[in-house]
Amino acid sequence: MKETPFHPRTSELLDSYDWNEWSGWLAANSYELDHSHEYLAIRTSCGVFDTSPLYKYIIHGPDALKLMNRVVTQDVSKYGVGKSMYTPWCDDNGKIIDDGIVARVDEQFFRMTAAEPTLFWLEDNATNLNVTIEDITEAYGIMAMQGPYSRDILNRLTKTDAQGLNYFGLMDIKIAGIPITLSRTGYTGDLGYELWVKADKAVALWDAVFEAGEDYRIRPFGDYALDIARIEAGLLLIDADFHSSKKVMYEHEKTTPLELGLGWTVKLKKDYFVGQKALIEDKKNGLKWKTIGLEIDLKSLEAIYAKYNMPLYLPYQSWTEAVPVYSHGKQIGKATSGTWSPMLKKYIAIARIKPKYASIGNQVEMEVTINAERHNARAKVVKTPFFNPSRKTN
Amino acid sequence: MKKDYDAIVVGGGHNGLTAAAYLAKAGRKVLVLEKRYLVGGAAVSEEIYPGFKYSVCSYVVSLLRPEIIQELELPKHGLHLLPMDYSFTPMDNGDYLATYPDEATTHEEIRRHSRRDADVYHEFSNMLYALAYAVKPILNYIPPDPANPGLAGLQILSEFGKHLQSMGKDKFHWLTKILTMSAYDFLAEWFESDIMISSIGTNGIIGTMLGIKSPGTAYVLLHHYVGELDGALTAWASQKGGTGEVSNAIASAAKSFGVEIRVNTPVSQVIVKKGRAIGVALENGDDIYANTVISGADPDITFRKLIDEKELPTEIVEAIDNFKYRGSSGKVNLSLDGLPEFTAMKDKSLLQGMILIAPSTDFMEQAYDDAKYDDFSKRPYLEIVIPTTVDPTMAPPGKHVMSIFVQYASYNMPKYGNRDQQREAFGKAVLDTLSDYAPNFRDLILHTQIRTPWDIEDEIGLKQGNIFGGELTLDQLFFFRPGLGISNYRTPIKNYYQCGSGTHPGGGVTGGPGRLAAMRILKDGN
Ligand SMILES: Cc1cc2nc3c(=O)[nH]c(=O)nc-3n(C[C@H](O)[C@H](O)[C@H](O)COP(=O)(O)OP(=O)(O)OC[C@H]3O[C@@H](n4cnc5c(N)ncnc54)[C@H](O)[C@@H]3O)c2cc1C
Repeated sequence: MKETPFHPRTSELLDSYDWNEWSGWLAANSYELDHSHEYLAIRTSCGVFDTSPLYKYIIHGPDALKLMNRVVTQDVSKYGVGKSMYTPWCDDNGKIIDDGIVARVDEQFFRMTAAEPTLFWLEDNATNLNVTIEDITEAYGIMAMQGPYSRDILNRLTKTDAQGLNYFGLMDIKIAGIPITLSRTGYTGDLGYELWVKADKAVALWDAVFEAGEDYRIRPFGDYALDIARIEAGLLLIDADFHSSKKVMYEHEKTTPLELGLGWTVKLKKDYFVGQKALIEDKKNGLKWKTIGLEIDLKSLEAIYAKYNMPLYLPYQSWTEAVPVYSHGKQIGKATSGTWSPMLKKYIAIARIKPKYASIGNQVEMEVTINAERHNARAKVVKTPFFNPSRKTN
Repeated sequence: MKKDYDAIVVGGGHNGLTAAAYLAKAGRKVLVLEKRYLVGGAAVSEEIYPGFKYSVCSYVVSLLRPEIIQELELPKHGLHLLPMDYSFTPMDNGDYLATYPDEATTHEEIRRHSRRDADVYHEFSNMLYALAYAVKPILNYIPPDPANPGLAGLQILSEFGKHLQSMGKDKFHWLTKILTMSAYDFLAEWFESDIMISSIGTNGIIGTMLGIKSPGTAYVLLHHYVGELDGALTAWASQKGGTGEVSNAIASAAKSFGVEIRVNTPVSQVIVKKGRAIGVALENGDDIYANTVISGADPDITFRKLIDEKELPTEIVEAIDNFKYRGSSGKVNLSLDGLPEFTAMKDKSLLQGMILIAPSTDFMEQAYDDAKYDDFSKRPYLEIVIPTTVDPTMAPPGKHVMSIFVQYASYNMPKYGNRDQQREAFGKAVLDTLSDYAPNFRDLILHTQIRTPWDIEDEIGLKQGNIFGGELTLDQLFFFRPGLGISNYRTPIKNYYQCGSGTHPGGGVTGGPGRLAAMRILKDGN
């Protein structure tokens, strides 16, 4: 498997030896055998995550904007230089393929991240357009600094004031003489930044950041901690909360951004984009599914465990295998990922259910399995993000 | 009758605040009166030295009832708990015992000391876990009066009986043992290595004037294991910003339900008319009237200071005067210029947990020997946390605060001269003892705060500085707390209630007494 540009440091720190495979790269699950301190660093001090395995593309040339606007559901023309956006993209049937961040580095120059290989799709859509598309995945490392103290640490590292960088903003800075593209983005729902660095300078950047962060208890975190944070933030995960329509075989496995609660990223009124017609149609006919938050009732869960003379057990690590959601015993959808939230002291889940049951406050049930026996715990439909601190955007 | 409020709570400790929050949530108009400049009582954070925050008294959280976290929505109000799930106990031979957040590493570590102990540790933890689960329901019962239980009381007793039956014979066997034995004897049935017994045994003496070999201390150990964090029993955590932020979160929840809180407002007396509380008299001369008065202070203040003796039956006065406090603990808080180095510590992540100066069972028992004769321990047991290893908000960047909980410190130490000299001598013994294990830490000290039992009494009112508002021995628990006939939060004075840690389920930052007292008051229709 491939090693990311930060590998010399991440591998040194990985006391647990707990790697996973992420798009063919080695990625840390948790650095210590227990992930709780890593998670809390994200919410208390500053955690560092190696996001390098994301697919990375640059798109430039006279028709770059045209291509971007054709592929993604957001209206890219509304974003000026130095701005970035979260956006999904769809196939002709409006089914979601993937999601990622598109950044406008210059008038005719875009940078894009994706969870799945996307070069083919971009090139397919660029027929007859005057645009260059490059896959730069291996050329850069991305380091995410996430947490309430990420800004203080950055301020120690650079003369450029990171304070002024708005949510989803983008700027070029230097850290220890190394050119960095800094964006105020992340996958944790906290105050945070992502730093793009040329692969050969990645280790030097890591060292500078950790030295400056020591006084703020900076620490690296892996996938286990990240997954708890992103569920709290109500952020969806591919292969868990949805699947790429390009990868699955059967219709029922596909879904649309509207059904995923991503309506705010789908600009149906803009010029043509792939999937537009189907999505307009879908919206007109009424959605089949809605994506919502669930809060599992702890008293009801505790009562189920008590039947086994067991104390309440809480999912201390997140799960991403879908489980059925019911209303009065009838299945109405599925919960696609869930976790105990150490910050909120709540058991939360992201679920896709029939719209008529999806109003906030509605009571449903979620399946829990104890000793291979099925039970239904009460749950309540709630708004997402579950956790949304003001520092994220302030 | 004149009435300014439905209820007045005397004392803004975390239990008083909890009771106030529940009463206001149920629609009552509630006023909390706190004598100090801030709420929290023994659960406060104070910036004594600029830029550094001390959890002046209580420093770790685990016993806080999960129901309260949920019902008062404390995370919304600032509850933010950071687990301190490592432990490090240096030994006098230069070795150490450590435990880790994960089982595998802990097992390997214990194996260095005894393979047998390592193997049995899991079973031991399961047993304690089961016992903690078994006694857990008690924490949510209002104690019935055994002499006159009434229907509700009988129901509680029978419910609990059934629950105990479901736990199985072997566990019941352990339960009877833990209720009666010493921590030392109980642990020696499981472990052969001395360091395991002294390290775990420390939980048995916290807040009591007893040694690890004194009968009754096994129960105190269990009391410290019923705490939980996110459903994981026995886990300890530090609150972001210090323990005071737990009190502030409860205060904020209380205010969101409409509670009014006045600080710098000492109450001198509860006004009683024809055997019924009708309000309070403040030290500043004002009177405030209410339907109900609740004391969140300890039993001595509740019954002996706030109430005129003639209002109480003699047997109650006697029971209260016989209630044992016997403060046994002190506290040293330090501001540090950097992280201390422990000679025996190889893995620096252990600094993020509890550091126990309990190198042997003899050390522990000798510490107690000194205390038996009105002295402080020459080499005291120390329980140390450095919350800044996980929480950057408590000190400036790169600096640290260290909280040292000390046992034993007795309430009277006459041979050292006046109280300032006594405090000085006690503080010196603490720093000297710690220097044996972390020689460099003295050079890092920027500021020192020393709290003796009488400082705790003078400042917060906990009699003789007993950290739990009365010792947690069997004769002072459940329907004995604080005395027979007054264990259900009521008092012989109509509409006068108690909700401090001198009532069931006792001391620690639990909120349990506050919550159950509010239930009692509401059930009484007040
Ligand atoms: C040194 C120390 C360390 C401890 N460590 C821990 C720990 O780590 N973990 C843990 O769980 N527990 C710990 N404890 C125990 C725990 O802090 C207490 O049991 C708990 O905080 C008591 O809360 P309370 O609300 O019952 O009473 P208190 O906190 O004592 O509150 C009583 C309040 O009443 C006020 N008051 C008294 N008289 C009057 C009056 N006349 N008028 C107005 N106000 C008045 C006081 O000022 C005070 O604020 C510790 C205690 C001490 C002292």
